[in-house]
Amino acid sequence: MTALAQRPANPVVGESVVHESADLHVTGAALYTDDLTGRLTGLLHAWPVGSPHAHARVTSLRTEPALAVPGVVRVLTGADVPGVNDAGVKHDEPLFPTEVMFRGHAVCWVLADSLEAARLGAAAVEVDYEMLPALMTVEEAIAAERFQGARPVMTRGDAAAAMAGAAYVFSGETTMKGQEHFYLETHCSIALVDESGQVFVHASTQHPTETQDIVAHVLGRPAHEVTVQCLRMGGGFGGKEMQPHGFAAIAAIGATVTGRPVRLRLNRALDMTMSGKRHGYHASWQVGFAADGRFVALDATLTADGGWSLDLSEPVLARALCHIDNAYWIPDIVVHGRIAQTNKTSQTAFRGFGGPQGMIVIEDIIGRCAPLLGIDAAQVRERNFYSPGQQTPYGQEVRHADRMPRVWDQLMTSATVDRRTAEIAEFNASHRHTKKALAVTPVKFGISFNFTSYNQAGALVLVYKDGSVLINHGGTEMGQGLHTKMAQVAATALGVPLDVVRVAPTRTDKVPNTSATAASSGADLNGGAVKAACEQIRERLAEFAAKRFGEPVDAVRFEGGTVRAEGSAAPPMTWAELVDAAYYSRVQLSAMGFYRTEGLHWDPVTVHGVPFKYFVYAAAAAEVEVDGFTGASVTRRVDIVFDVGDSLSPMIDLGQIEGAFVQGAGWMTMEELVWDERPGQGQGRLLTSAASTYKLPSLSEMPAVLNVSLLEAATEDGVVYGSKAVGEPPLMLAIAVREAIRDAAAAFGESGASVDLGLPATPEATYWAIEAVRGGVRDGGVTTLRRPT
Amino acid sequence: MAELSVTVNGMPLPLDGVAPSVSLLDALRAQGLTGAKEGCAEGECGACSVLVARPAADGGSQWVAVNACLPPALSYAGQEIVTAEGLGSPGDLHPVQAELAHRGGSQCGYCTPGFVCSMAAEYYRPDRAGLEGTEASGVGNDHQDHHNHHDRHDDGPNGFDEHALSGNLCRCTGYRPIMDAAHALGRPAADDPFAARRAQAAPEPVPAHVSVAGYEYVRPETLAEALDLLAAHPDAVPVAGSTDLGVVTNLAMYRPQMLVAIDRLPELRTLRATDERIEIGAAVTLSEAESWLAGRVPLLDALFPQFASRLIRNAATFGGNLGTASPIGDGAPALLALDATLTLASTEGTREVALSDYFTGYRQTVRRPGELIATISVPVAQPGMVAFHKIAKRRYDDISSVAVAYAIDIEGGVVTRARIGLGGVAATPLRALATEAALTGSAWTEAEVDRVAEVLAGEGTPLGDHRASEAYRRAMLGTSLRKLYAEHAPATTGAAR
Ligand SMILES: Cc1cc2nc3c(=O)[nH]c(=O)nc-3n(C[C@H](O)[C@H](O)[C@H](O)COP(=O)(O)OP(=O)(O)OC[C@H]3O[C@@H](n4cnc5c(N)ncnc54)[C@H](O)[C@@H]3O)c2cc1C
Ligand code: FES
Ligand code: FES
Repeated sequence: MTALAQRPANPVVGESVVHESADLHVTGAALYTDDLTGRLTGLLHAWPVGSPHAHARVTSLRTEPALAVPGVVRVLTGADVPGVNDAGVKHDEPLFPTEVMFRGHAVCWVLADSLEAARLGAAAVEVDYEMLPALMTVEEAIAAERFQGARPVMTRGDAAAAMAGAAYVFSGETTMKGQEHFYLETHCSIALVDESGQVFVHASTQHPTETQDIVAHVLGRPAHEVTVQCLRMGGGFGGKEMQPHGFAAIAAIGATVTGRPVRLRLNRALDMTMSGKRHGYHASWQVGFAADGRFVALDATLTADGGWSLDLSEPVLARALCHIDNAYWIPDIVVHGRIAQTNKTSQTAFRGFGGPQGMIVIEDIIGRCAPLLGIDAAQVRERNFYSPGQQTPYGQEVRHADRMPRVWDQLMTSATVDRRTAEIAEFNASHRHTKKALAVTPVKFGISFNFTSYNQAGALVLVYKDGSVLINHGGTEMGQGLHTKMAQVAATALGVPLDVVRVAPTRTDKVPNTSATAASSGADLNGGAVKAACEQIRERLAEFAAKRFGEPVDAVRFEGGTVRAEGSAAPPMTWAELVDAAYYSRVQLSAMGFYRTEGLHWDPVTVHGVPFKYFVYAAAAAEVEVDGFTGASVTRRVDIVFDVGDSLSPMIDLGQIEGAFVQGAGWMTMEELVWDERPGQGQGRLLTSAASTYKLPSLSEMPAVLNVSLLEAATEDGVVYGSKAVGEPPLMLAIAVREAIRDAAAAFGESGASVDLGLPATPEATYWAIEAVRGGVRDGGVTTLRRPT
Repeated sequence: MAELSVTVNGMPLPLDGVAPSVSLLDALRAQGLTGAKEGCAEGECGACSVLVARPAADGGSQWVAVNACLPPALSYAGQEIVTAEGLGSPGDLHPVQAELAHRGGSQCGYCTPGFVCSMAAEYYRPDRAGLEGTEASGVGNDHQDHHNHHDRHDDGPNGFDEHALSGNLCRCTGYRPIMDAAHALGRPAADDPFAARRAQAAPEPVPAHVSVAGYEYVRPETLAEALDLLAAHPDAVPVAGSTDLGVVTNLAMYRPQMLVAIDRLPELRTLRATDERIEIGAAVTLSEAESWLAGRVPLLDALFPQFASRLIRNAATFGGNLGTASPIGDGAPALLALDATLTLASTEGTREVALSDYFTGYRQTVRRPGELIATISVPVAQPGMVAFHKIAKRRYDDISSVAVAYAIDIEGGVVTRARIGLGGVAATPLRALATEAALTGSAWTEAEVDRVAEVLAGEGTPLGDHRASEAYRRAMLGTSLRKLYAEHAPATTGAAR
């Protein structure tokens, strides 16, 4: 085993501990960015003037009427930008646009003494627009050939030639809507000019370094004059990876031009109208199967609905391409990727980051083609699992390919899938108006940023004279329990009890040049860095202690807050005693740690390389019941088997699995982004821009029975203390819910029908799927181009 | 000493100078009480939930959880509130907080103070069943330690009604650990100060007349006073639970010149049952009505759990629901099916209006300016078969795309009387008159139901919107009666489901 994965005796990692801030959360004492508002004097509030059109040119802007509103202090416009007028890294996101690209696009921002005055001021600003034609849907953009960014093609073998030899060839289309993050805490930044003249920004951001970079370039200042701190976030889910930067920059401009602290907090309506979401996707495909249901070839084109600017659409697309295989060996394959430009919010990272969109395409293909093959969908899935030694279409060997069947078999047994499938068949035979179904789907998810450079992290560990330990690392805490895991890693590496360690809020002046806390990699990367820093300190202390004990260095043991030497008669010392003594002997008690993931390389142009350190494997069995009168579905039971390696923190990991699953199930079944797409005055309006219209799962959607088990004997040798990432992959397990609804809908018709089901599979979408089946539709919208005669 | 204040966690929080448009949540946060959060500002997420002491039937008080983002802070003047900060502190957790913390019930923690308050209200609900023999709740009360396995019931083993949390959203946890925490709660300890507090009466609301920057807020003491104000100020707007008004205040910057608080007017808070009619005061909250009715009106029992969330029902009133006169409101279809009558009061006196005559157009009614709904009444005699079909995306706390309320009597296999109220299918709530006629006198058989279902499918003039398409709304009208039949088929065809 590698030193990185090796756990010492009695490690603190692996213990089930509660979130490090749990006691603060439940008592309301945990502070989030906006909670600082009342602590600052002279604070100004910012409110945007949003475009009422989906696409238009700003022909004139009169801010004077706003200044007449009592309490309004200033209106920020493009003229106030001292540096670069751009909120992104692709230089396609003007912070103050002259051409508005989506409805709600901020033209300027009003600063006022009160939020009320800022809102009234914003309403008073006069803007004239010249309307421009808008494209609202990915289909419209395809027709108009309006694409942005790269158009990668992933190829292996010769799909066309292989297709010609396939027993079955089908073609079809798959579309899926996007998803709103709906982190409970909306975007918020508070900027001020501090006592040393530097710009200090409190931001709810998953990527403080990039927020710092963009604030600096907008202000035209070097990065060392800008510090960004993220106390904690009330959820991020990818929505605060790229999106916070512009808001932070507005607050920072405001603070520098007025000299007063500026708070920019979006309320829910603004957040939903202005900030990017999960990309909807359109896919057209042609697939070849052998008679036994094995894939022969796939030729697909994925078109992302990118919204108005590039944002993270390119890496999201790369990950979609890299996950269209999910857990399956597809010998010959070509997948084209492209990004439509539409007049909507700039779609961005969201838990899974394209992975779900890719996987949904292949699972949708299986769900719709299996009936046409006459083979049970679960069997099609199982038959196509990768075998050890096989490579993904992008040329990476599938590490630990044997874990997929291990996970699958364990799930089949623990969820008693065969027995329940038979029971469900009986139930369906005796119930006309209600049908049940049980579907099982796998997940194989690659871990690491596709973009190799991001796979690095830093940490700063400080041990104080009294023995207490303070950890700074580049990762941000958004509820995923990263800080808890980092404290456990530090306690393990230093051999101290968990309560000796505290994790500080993330700040760019402690650890520089960090990566986004994203791609599920927060614990892998920062854990490596924290461990490296702690080990430097431990080695120095071990050397010092060895001298005191009169024993060799490798006899010194740190465990549970005591330090002793193996075989020594000398009494053990407490950790605090040792640290105190070491201080007086001038031993350095702090260290910077650094970690980079070895062995990665990636060529985004050829879509080829080894982008991932390893894969996470999981599978879910979901049982649903569907009401034939309304199309409403209830998830009755879900069983999950999940490979988290050797868990760093089982309760945290369980929370990630369950939470991601429910979030995914929300997207699969109810969360629906509806834009007004018709040309006219309402065009471009997000019609579901509030909690009252955009419904996310509540308690009533929780599966009645939810069993999660972690795969045993799952050490991942290449990762800190043998663990694996967990943040994103479980979201994709929710595909099982949609597949189960599909099967339940099918049960309303003659057996063997293929069902085309919307995504989300809302009650309405499900109802229409049932109606189609009842009406005798059997092809599920799939065209059969060839089948054995 | 502040003229107006609300007691928060035992300390007075001054309300002087607070504008009528400022919500209770904003007032709390402005004073540094940042535990309660704003997640939506429209009553949907519960991150702002706080506890308020309200009168209990026994003369004492009860802890009720409400959304702080919707009501004007001023309407809480004189009242007593507890927030998550007041229930416990990091070194001294309240049992609800301890269970949530130790079971992994918080991830990002943003929803958590709200869940704590909603859960605490249920913890202190005096009539919570299943408490006998349970130990006083402490942490580690681990009678169900299969932490990754969970069977859900509406009522937990400890009598915890999960509807108490129907107005709280969590985006992180998936709810399982939160439910485990809820189900692990025992009963309050003997020396629990919040439990003890229930023995004393809840504070009476303080009459007020406040003017801030030209906007007025008045809490009159009597109905007569309120009606005088409304007559004298055509711009004045009555506010009851503020669950509708609060939303437009926050999101659409609705700023009426004068708000007249009617939520505590004794004349509007009556609950009366005579030999003929059951009468509910317009300002009685839905939760209060539900507990007072105690099953006397089964159709309303079918409605309540589907109406918004417990948090909203703790504030929302029938008066507000019919005052708003939304075509997608749920109160009207049910009350139409129940043949409800309204009493309207003004300085001119009172008059009775049948609810079926009340709606005149989109959000328009026969109610005159200056007139208030005083009471809503329904006949004592209850129909034999009732159902409330609410078509929505989500089971808890969603707005209807179609609502169908049934009140049907069947004798000897024949429908003798039918009342059907519809919501979401026209500019106003309406009765399905053609369907009622077609059903009455028909046999309660599948064939007859199929025939009449076609009539119901033709009622109203549904439109399509972001909640549902026109075709789906139509289709749901068409399947509703069939669904009712499947649920209430004569015993011989019981297997029809
Ligand atoms: C999250 C959420 C969920 C909701 N879910 C539902 C739902 O499922 N079904 C549903 O039907 N509604 C729902 N609503 C709407 C709302 O809760 C109800 O309409 C409620 O009954 C309004 O009562 P209120 O006392 O809060 O009204 P208020 O907001 O106080 O008043 C509403 C309107 O009625 C007027 N008014 C109030 N009382 C009277 C009176 N006595 N006489 C005359 N006019 C009066 C007011 O002037 C105002 O115009 C929901 C609201 C929210 C915020
Ligand atoms: S803030 Fe969401 S319910 Fe009040
Ligand atoms: S813990 Fe994050 S929303 Fe509930």
